[in-house]
Amino acid sequence: MAAIVELDGISLTFAGTNAPVFSEIDLGIERGEFVIVVGASGAGKSTLLRVIAGLLSPSTGRIARKTEERPDRRPIAMVFQEARLMPWRRVRDNVALGLEGLAVERAERDRRVAEALRLMGLASFGDRWAHELSGGQRQRVGIARALAVDPDLLLMDEPFGALDAITRQTLQDELLRIWGETGKSILFVTHDIDEAVYLGDRVLLLGGSPATVVRSYEVTAPRPRNRDADEVSRIGSTVKADLSGLFDHGGGI
Amino acid sequence: MSKRVLLGAAGLIVFVGMWEAVARSGVIAATLLPPPAGLPATLISEISLGFWQAMVLASLNHYLIGLFVGSFLGVAVGTAVALFPTLDAAQAWIARLLRPIPPLAWIPFAIIWFGISETAAAFIISIGIFWINYFTAHAAVRGVDPDLIELAASFGHRSLAARLRKVILPAAAPGILSGLRAGLGQGWMTVVAAELFGITGIGQRMMEAAGLLATEVVIVYMLTIALLYGLSDMLFVAAQNRVLRWQRS
Repeated sequence: MAAIVELDGISLTFAGTNAPVFSEIDLGIERGEFVIVVGASGAGKSTLLRVIAGLLSPSTGRIARKTEERPDRRPIAMVFQEARLMPWRRVRDNVALGLEGLAVERAERDRRVAEALRLMGLASFGDRWAHELSGGQRQRVGIARALAVDPDLLLMDEPFGALDAITRQTLQDELLRIWGETGKSILFVTHDIDEAVYLGDRVLLLGGSPATVVRSYEVTAPRPRNRDADEVSRIGSTVKADLSGLFDHGGGI
Repeated sequence: MSKRVLLGAAGLIVFVGMWEAVARSGVIAATLLPPPAGLPATLISEISLGFWQAMVLASLNHYLIGLFVGSFLGVAVGTAVALFPTLDAAQAWIARLLRPIPPLAWIPFAIIWFGISETAAAFIISIGIFWINYFTAHAAVRGVDPDLIELAASFGHRSLAARLRKVILPAAAPGILSGLRAGLGQGWMTVVAAELFGITGIGQRMMEAAGLLATEVVIVYMLTIALLYGLSDMLFVAAQNRVLRWQRS
């Protein structure tokens, strides 16, 4: 198996506390795989993404990143729930953020920014300021910014959680299209089970205190999927039942 | 022109008109309140004697040196203190101790350290400007959204220099610029006082004129300061609007 990143017995305890956020997490993401992490809020989903991104160091365990190291790209890129655009940069310069500091010439940078904007349907928005965009457009810029660094692995932290239902569905479908076109691996955190089973190849349920991967579900439904297809909604029901079971046993919160 | 501008102009005309009327009525002696109609002639005489240009240039020189030194140090120290919690804790009581001392209270030390010199005037001017910028820069940097710092880190900008350049300074710019603007005004307020002890400049000329009861000359220089402040503030706001053009209008 060609895992792009492999977590081996990862635990994290924040300094000054003695209750670990999560412990003994083993997790591998295959190249090109779309993996979803669900779980109750406070279960450490976002924290797990930050550990993989290298923003936090795990207390114990090992992370093997088998991403391709090249001076003109960043192997891992993150998309946040709130788009986190820099209000003092135009859309184009927000997308260029990750390219700054890489061995990328000016012309090549412009080309990659334009390409990322085009992929996200924002080709004509380069000159806008962040406050001139809608919530959905802002999140598109956030995704374009991640794509511009040409990562092997996209980490997405509830990227559509703050959007209205219609915009969310549109962006889900666009993300699937881009995933299909680029073949990137995606690790996607959400608390929306329907979103999880619609998007993912595999859904991991994070729960317990400290959190661990309680269960893993393969979603084998063929793509493109129908949101209401039996197989999709059946797995969704199982995940929902397991998640509420976790609450009944007092875990996860 | 908007109604606001017209009303403002009307208010100013009424003010000068009343001033002129009171001064001419003879209720108050002309040395106590010189009529505004005589001021242009006084200004022309000051200019033709060469005083006005020389004094303005000298004051501008003290002002600009004080402004740059005070602003630069204020922003730099305020930013550094906001970035490093240890430094922040260490400075808290020093700032509380020194902050309430008015710039003019430093005059004796300015003279002892620098003599009756341009440096002494610039030093006094810089003190007030320093504190304004120190506190606004401190607050602005402390207020930078930590989510944006995390964002920059996740895209590879982790060193202090990169954090400063990519996030902290642009994010804190609105606050820092408002401090710089307040310092610009504060500086003009101290210019005159800083020159009262014999350093060439507008303040010194005003003291000379006051000694001779040439109050119309005093007023000419008072208005000169108002004009210089108005001009520098206008230029600054134009530059500020350009730098902050990303802000929602």
